[in-house]
Amino acid sequence: MSEQTTHASCGLCRIEVEGLSVVRDGQTLLHDVGLHVHCGELTALIGTNGAGKTTLIRALLGEIPFTGTVRHLTQDGKPAAAVRTGYVPQQLEFDHSSPVTVMDFMTASLSRRAVWLGVSKRARREALEALSRTDCERLSDRRLGALSGGELQRVLLALALRPQPDLLILDEPVSGVDQNGLESFYQTVAALRAHNHMAVLLVSHDLDVVRRYADHVVLMQGTVLCQGRPKEVFESPEFGQVFYARGNEA
Amino acid sequence: MSAIYAAMDALLPFEWASYTFMKNALLAMLLITPLFGVLGTMAVDNKMAFFSDALGHSALTGIALGVVLGVSNQQASMLVFGIAWALLITRIKQRNTASADTIISVFSSTSVALGLVILARGGAFAKYSGYLVGDILAVTPQDLLALAVALAGTLLVWAYVFNPLLLTSVNASLAGSRGVRARAVEYVFVVLVAVTVMLSIRWVGMLLINSLLILPAAASRNVAKNAAWYIRLSVAFALFSGVAGLLGSYYLNTSAGAAVVLVAAAIYFITLPLRRK
Repeated sequence: MSEQTTHASCGLCRIEVEGLSVVRDGQTLLHDVGLHVHCGELTALIGTNGAGKTTLIRALLGEIPFTGTVRHLTQDGKPAAAVRTGYVPQQLEFDHSSPVTVMDFMTASLSRRAVWLGVSKRARREALEALSRTDCERLSDRRLGALSGGELQRVLLALALRPQPDLLILDEPVSGVDQNGLESFYQTVAALRAHNHMAVLLVSHDLDVVRRYADHVVLMQGTVLCQGRPKEVFESPEFGQVFYARGNEA
Repeated sequence: MSAIYAAMDALLPFEWASYTFMKNALLAMLLITPLFGVLGTMAVDNKMAFFSDALGHSALTGIALGVVLGVSNQQASMLVFGIAWALLITRIKQRNTASADTIISVFSSTSVALGLVILARGGAFAKYSGYLVGDILAVTPQDLLALAVALAGTLLVWAYVFNPLLLTSVNASLAGSRGVRARAVEYVFVVLVAVTVMLSIRWVGMLLINSLLILPAAASRNVAKNAAWYIRLSVAFALFSGVAGLLGSYYLNTSAGAAVVLVAAAIYFITLPLRRK
């Protein structure tokens, strides 16, 4: 465990998104999105395909231009330093037969020295330490492309936690991770958010996972339709309209 | 240069090594092949085989434009055109408007046709047909200097861009979230490939240059156990193919570029059954 994990979560710091809109090629993809993601909480974004969940994440990652504000506030409501974001992408479309190992991938991200010049002992130790936070040190010499969906998720999570983010964004894979893998992944995430000073934002397609692990749920459809405790959102009329009226699943 | 020749005479007491053109060709191989070995790894990982092939073909347009504009140094016009071409294609690819291979194909065929039309005017194409197969025996000490500078520059840049490039090849958004400017990194990489291809095309030939980029890396990934060995073996295979192909072509009295590619292909097929699961 790194020294950063000694912070207990205070539950008061938050990332505030206000009036966030994304317009591209004259089309409004997101309109006036407002949500607060508190540290120590797991906030789930749900909605049908095309509801703008991925667009919101891309905006928060700074990949696409948006209007509106994203602020990081400390417990007394003052602006803190810029939001440090950790990101676990959806299933990756990389070249699975490349000889790049988990260790190569981790050290390429964590150290400046080019991986082809050889991995230093220090970089190796640091990578193993990062991997240990999600219980995947044993994967270090496996090829990235040879990992199962669940193993890859853990490696990506280990990387996203180094350096410790203020906001951890998890883009859940639509497929490729088995139920057991998903379950243990969320247990790890749940433990992390409880013991660390960070907010977790999860895009999920699995409403069952959301029901069990989320503290706060945001239902999206171009904008925020409804948000609150999981129970409140799942019982809201908006939820029924989005998921049942049109015969859609998440 | 004479010191290098003297050292080669002392080290290589063979008949072929007594010719200056063979000495130059050997030196050229020792400079060109590591370049291709290094860059090939990421070209393969990023599925750019088609891109680099098209880039090679675009050299023709580069020469043609040089002729039209009256640039006496064809190398310079090829270099400038190659870099511009690579940047343009990458820009279009990044905008994601249509499938990348279609875009590349459109540009590639347009540029080959344009080059041919200009160069073949008045039946003058024969003058340039050497670019198709290349002639490494025509390398001059001045060309060697350019190649040496390119190799040194590439290795230096490679030390900086390799990690970001590796991350980007796994996932661009992920790389971005870690402060990597994925697009800039991609531009740097395609410029390196463009410079390497354009500097070597006269010696290796337009038809074969892509194989030299792709084959050593493809063979290496059959057996490499991690990223460091991926590059090391790719360079080793490229060097071996270069030297063995050059000497083979000398004794068999045939095209050097083609012999190099055949050796590289042989290594690929030998390593194929060793492929790691």
